[in-house]
Amino acid sequence: MLTFLKQLGSPPRFFKVSGPLSRGLTIAAALLGIPGLWLALAGTPTDAQQGEVYRIIYLHVPAAWMSMFLYSVATGYAVLYWIWRSPVSAVMMRALLPTGAWMTLVALVTGSLWGKPTWGTYWVWDARLTSELMLLFIYLGLMALAHLVEDETKTDRALALFTVVGMVNIPLIYFSVVFWNTLHQGMSIGAPGAARMAPEMKIALLVCTFAVWFACAAIALARGRWLLAMREARSRWVREVPELATP
Amino acid sequence: MMKSPTRRRRLLWIAAIALAVSGTAWGVIRAFNDNMVFFYTPSQLLAGEAPGGRSLRIGGMVEAGSLEREAGTLTIRFRITDQQHTVPVTYTGVTPDLFKEGKGAVAQGELRNGVFVASEILAKHDENYMPPKLKN
Repeated sequence: MLTFLKQLGSPPRFFKVSGPLSRGLTIAAALLGIPGLWLALAGTPTDAQQGEVYRIIYLHVPAAWMSMFLYSVATGYAVLYWIWRSPVSAVMMRALLPTGAWMTLVALVTGSLWGKPTWGTYWVWDARLTSELMLLFIYLGLMALAHLVEDETKTDRALALFTVVGMVNIPLIYFSVVFWNTLHQGMSIGAPGAARMAPEMKIALLVCTFAVWFACAAIALARGRWLLAMREARSRWVREVPELATP
Repeated sequence: MMKSPTRRRRLLWIAAIALAVSGTAWGVIRAFNDNMVFFYTPSQLLAGEAPGGRSLRIGGMVEAGSLEREAGTLTIRFRITDQQHTVPVTYTGVTPDLFKEGKGAVAQGELRNGVFVASEILAKHDENYMPPKLKN
């Protein structure tokens, strides 16, 4: 297992493995996403308090979780890059940022659409909403830094450093509803105590979460794969890949 | 894999940076703690912990049986409670659908002669999701 992971750090090996892996994850995302969508829109019961409007949870919560999870994974790659300076870590750190930014935007927009009918407002400056908005700005800032100079390898170190620094915001988002009084409600899943969500709703939420997770992983791997090929365009292994041969 | 001194030094550097940044963030959050609060509870308000002389928010449960609607107007009166203290609230306007007796709410406004005059009411729903028949 460890040797396999070490081999994955080698660019030609990563390029070879990530293609089928990304395609497999795309199929898995579709296989889960279709029943997930049906469960979200029709297969789950109406909520006793909120009625049908609560169904946006099946998109809002997976997107919000992914926005934090993808950032954590990018930070993991940033640390790997900082220590080993491997090109695969650098491209995966870069590849995760746009997908994470999209998930943050989806979480903010769906949350806003959900807030109006339930809370009575599209937006409030409470700790949860504000820290999630900060996450979007951190993603956008890192993406700007990633494309600052034409030779991408020159900003790798700065990008890794600032990605690690931005990680402080993630526990802040996650625990904001515990630390402070917020308009946003507390945790339904992962909080200690009694079940806060009907089992069939929880299962539907998990199906949707895995679908979004696999889709994000497929997109990030595909992006990382081509970033790697572009970065290493002059090395011999790229010229030996038949898909990349120039006529 | 970690044997190389260069890699060990890099690991120490990144750990030191992460520690310094988290420490700074923790200090900043402690310093701003009062401003991170979205609303005050009735107990905090009556104990004088909320800043006086400006618009603020209070949050709690809408006390069961306390909601009165003034006939022919949009004015409502209710009491907001945190189970220890209650504050009477008055508000003129449309309330969100989930604003109900026995449920959470947040009111923005100011305290005038012991009555909280609200300019905005938000409903605060809980983290429970259940189909209607399972509702206790």
